[in-house]
Amino acid sequence: MTIVEAEKLNQKGLQKVASNERFTFFGLTLPYLIMVTALIVIPVGWLFYLSFIGRDGSFSFENYERMMKSKAYIRIFITTFKISILTTIICAAIGYPLAYFMSQLSRKWANICMIGVLIPFWTSLLVRTYAWLVLLQKKGLLNNMAIEMGLITEPIKIVHNTTGTLIGMVHIMLPFLILPLYANMRSIDKDTLKAASSLGATPTRAFWTVFFPLSLPGLLAGLLIVFVLCLGFYVTPAILGGGRVIMAAMKISSNIELYFSWGAASALGVVLLVVTGIILFIASKLVSMDQLGNR
Amino acid sequence: MKKTIMKSAIGGLAAAGLMLTAAVSYADDTLRIVSWGGAYQKGQSLGIFQPAAKAMGITVKEDTYGGISDVKLMVKSGADKFDIFSSGAGSCASGAAEGVLEKLDYSVIDVSNHLPGMYSDYCAGADIFSVVAAYNTETFGEGNGPKTWADFYDVEKFPGTRAMRNKVDGQLETALLADGVPKEQVYEVLDSEEGIERALNKIRSIKPHIAVWWSSGAQHAQLMKDGEVDMTTGWNGRFDVAKEDGAKVAYDWQSGIMDWEGYGIPKGAKNKDLAMKYIAEMMKPEYMAEFAKYITYGPTNGKVYELGLMEDSRARMMPSHPDNAKYQLTISQDWYAKWRTIAAEMYTEMMTE
Repeated sequence: MTIVEAEKLNQKGLQKVASNERFTFFGLTLPYLIMVTALIVIPVGWLFYLSFIGRDGSFSFENYERMMKSKAYIRIFITTFKISILTTIICAAIGYPLAYFMSQLSRKWANICMIGVLIPFWTSLLVRTYAWLVLLQKKGLLNNMAIEMGLITEPIKIVHNTTGTLIGMVHIMLPFLILPLYANMRSIDKDTLKAASSLGATPTRAFWTVFFPLSLPGLLAGLLIVFVLCLGFYVTPAILGGGRVIMAAMKISSNIELYFSWGAASALGVVLLVVTGIILFIASKLVSMDQLGNR
Repeated sequence: MKKTIMKSAIGGLAAAGLMLTAAVSYADDTLRIVSWGGAYQKGQSLGIFQPAAKAMGITVKEDTYGGISDVKLMVKSGADKFDIFSSGAGSCASGAAEGVLEKLDYSVIDVSNHLPGMYSDYCAGADIFSVVAAYNTETFGEGNGPKTWADFYDVEKFPGTRAMRNKVDGQLETALLADGVPKEQVYEVLDSEEGIERALNKIRSIKPHIAVWWSSGAQHAQLMKDGEVDMTTGWNGRFDVAKEDGAKVAYDWQSGIMDWEGYGIPKGAKNKDLAMKYIAEMMKPEYMAEFAKYITYGPTNGKVYELGLMEDSRARMMPSHPDNAKYQLTISQDWYAKWRTIAAEMYTEMMTE
């Protein structure tokens, strides 16, 4: 047997192994593919299909025409995005310093702080929302205390409006921002900061030119999660908004009741999905999405 | 968004699962009835559902549901979950307009003693409730609060925060009555988009004073209990229950707008004939009198008063008591069947401005 022949045989064997391997890997991803198809692709496709079904059951654009005609729908979408963006910004403003603080602590103290972040995370969303209502209402704990202490004479309106909604939503969303951000900050090599200092950077300079850019992937991941989750919020704005903050999810539910059809509600879902997609696309052009992956 | 999609996907699967389990058929002498839960269904269960079932020797299984949209979705998807549902007259009328209800057989169901207008082709009236203007007696003093809708809309005479419903039902009427439209003409005026707009403009005039748009009876009762608002529109029975619980709340029948609740049968219900007989049984005055002991929603059957089945002091608390009913406008289901969807969108538009 010549070397060439031996190589040929070997190659054949290797090819066989490689194709077997590919097949095995495909087999391994199959359950995932089936799950994604069953749980995401088919329902979303179905949602698109339903949104084009009119009240009489035939194909029509009436669900979209209605949204163009009534100003209420545009206002509801504006409210939805406004509340989501504000919640995201406030979460970042509170969450970033907190995560930074935690990342500077020793493991032991950081873990204790983490429990503080996680406990509310494990409490029912509904319970937390109603708790805020009790705290914030006109004759609630906060107003009563402030009046007794002489800080204010009249109760201030902090619930049944945008303020109350934001307080409740920030409280619920904060862990979603802190968790990825904290993980990211922990993984930043502290020696890089020391290196910056040794090269003459002030602590502020070292933070902004070294630490902050390295923490960006975690921050962006957190912002993205918070923003996207906010868009679908229902319970918190419904309870703390007092009917004055109407978000898309609430209109979806009222449309099902009003039109007795999935179509009228599906169209709202489709518009929300498409607009969100566009926003994320624009965001991904501004900030490279790869950064999110390179954690 | 992903969460919403996942939720709807999971919801869809769960619904499919429910349909499968619901498809298991029940024995011929079993009926399934759905209502609203809470203090209301407790009264129905103890006063009407179970005693009537016992009298007929059948089994009645109770559950709660989410309103006429559930009926519609059930019928359209060919599922079989319940035989009878308890529903507001207006919702029933809209379900009938959508063709998802069975026509009731009034040769089986006796409504000869019903008060005028308290039953329809698709809904057999069972109890009468009122939308009233409730006020905080701590703010205004017992008997000195807003008595009429004109008072409710008068922010100079009765300063304070208000709450109204986050849906159109039972709200536009208050605006027109406040605007001086005689009650006989309210639905005539509302019978056009201009008329609806007139009512909405009246609500717009007090909008800065509306602190909350309530979504459920439990919520408007709680708002009054907590003193969160000084006055609100809402259902009389809820305020009476709240008052028994110590809430500082009162209302005057001059503001009442009478509406009624009844029973309907979804199209294609398996036990339709038995359901018809069961509704006939539930229409008997003794059940209605018993129900009214639990919550202040009055009987639709005039016999209850004629036979003196209710104590006078209790009877005077019912919206349908002649002394209370004489002031009140009765809700027109025909108007709701025709205008509800349009009016609801216009109302949302006003709310989101």
